[in-house]
Amino acid sequence: MDPQNMRSPLARAIGLGSAKEGAGRWWAERVSAVALVPLTLWFAASIIAHTGGDYATFIVWLRTPLATILMILLLIVLFYHTALGLQVVIEDYVHFATKFAAVIVARLGCYALATAGVVAILRIAFSG
Amino acid sequence: MSSPTTMRPRPLSPNIQIYRPQLTSVLSILNRMTGILLSACAVGLVVWLVAAAWGPQSYAAVQGAIASWIGQIVLFGATFAFFLHLCGGIRHLVWDTVHGFELRSIYISGWAVVAASVVLTVAAWVASASMGG
Repeated sequence: MDPQNMRSPLARAIGLGSAKEGAGRWWAERVSAVALVPLTLWFAASIIAHTGGDYATFIVWLRTPLATILMILLLIVLFYHTALGLQVVIEDYVHFATKFAAVIVARLGCYALATAGVVAILRIAFSG
Repeated sequence: MSSPTTMRPRPLSPNIQIYRPQLTSVLSILNRMTGILLSACAVGLVVWLVAAAWGPQSYAAVQGAIASWIGQIVLFGATFAFFLHLCGGIRHLVWDTVHGFELRSIYISGWAVVAASVVLTVAAWVASASMGG
């Protein structure tokens, strides 16, 4: 037995396929994808409806509870899905130590952008 | 027999550059490329929202950039990338239910994705233009 690992070979093997992990991530990709179908279509329809509108009209719309809630949900799910997708691309094309750095940068970047977007929405919703 | 100091090039399995492009492979590559492109668009979405939260002047500046001809070209490309990734993603979700794997079904769904993406992109821009954009 590997002296570095006190767990028995059986304990290490149970629940682990050749990929070791990934079923959870695969499921997260699917759930976020399904959630994004109505959210992105709602967003696209809303933006089209506001074409040519002025700033005040846009802000009034963003301040309605439904728009505020759906925009925040869109940002969270969109950047979660983006982080998962970029991770797959990075893992396929980037190797060695850069891979881990790139995945971390992509993840943190997505979280930072989602936070910035949510804060912007909240400021619009609750200011004045 | 080669000397141990010379590195013999290791045999590699055929990769994408070997094969003739097919609808299946092109859509697979496009789904990934549009995903990367839409990641960049998501950054633009946040810039746009932050500008709106900042105030009317910064919002007007971003709206002006979008309204420029280069902004409109980028937005049109982003619209098509969005619908291609959306329709391609739905095709993948159907495959996840273990349906539509016959060669005939794969080509039907593939062309359906292309047709739906073109129709939805045009429809979105026609609808936007009718709103006074």
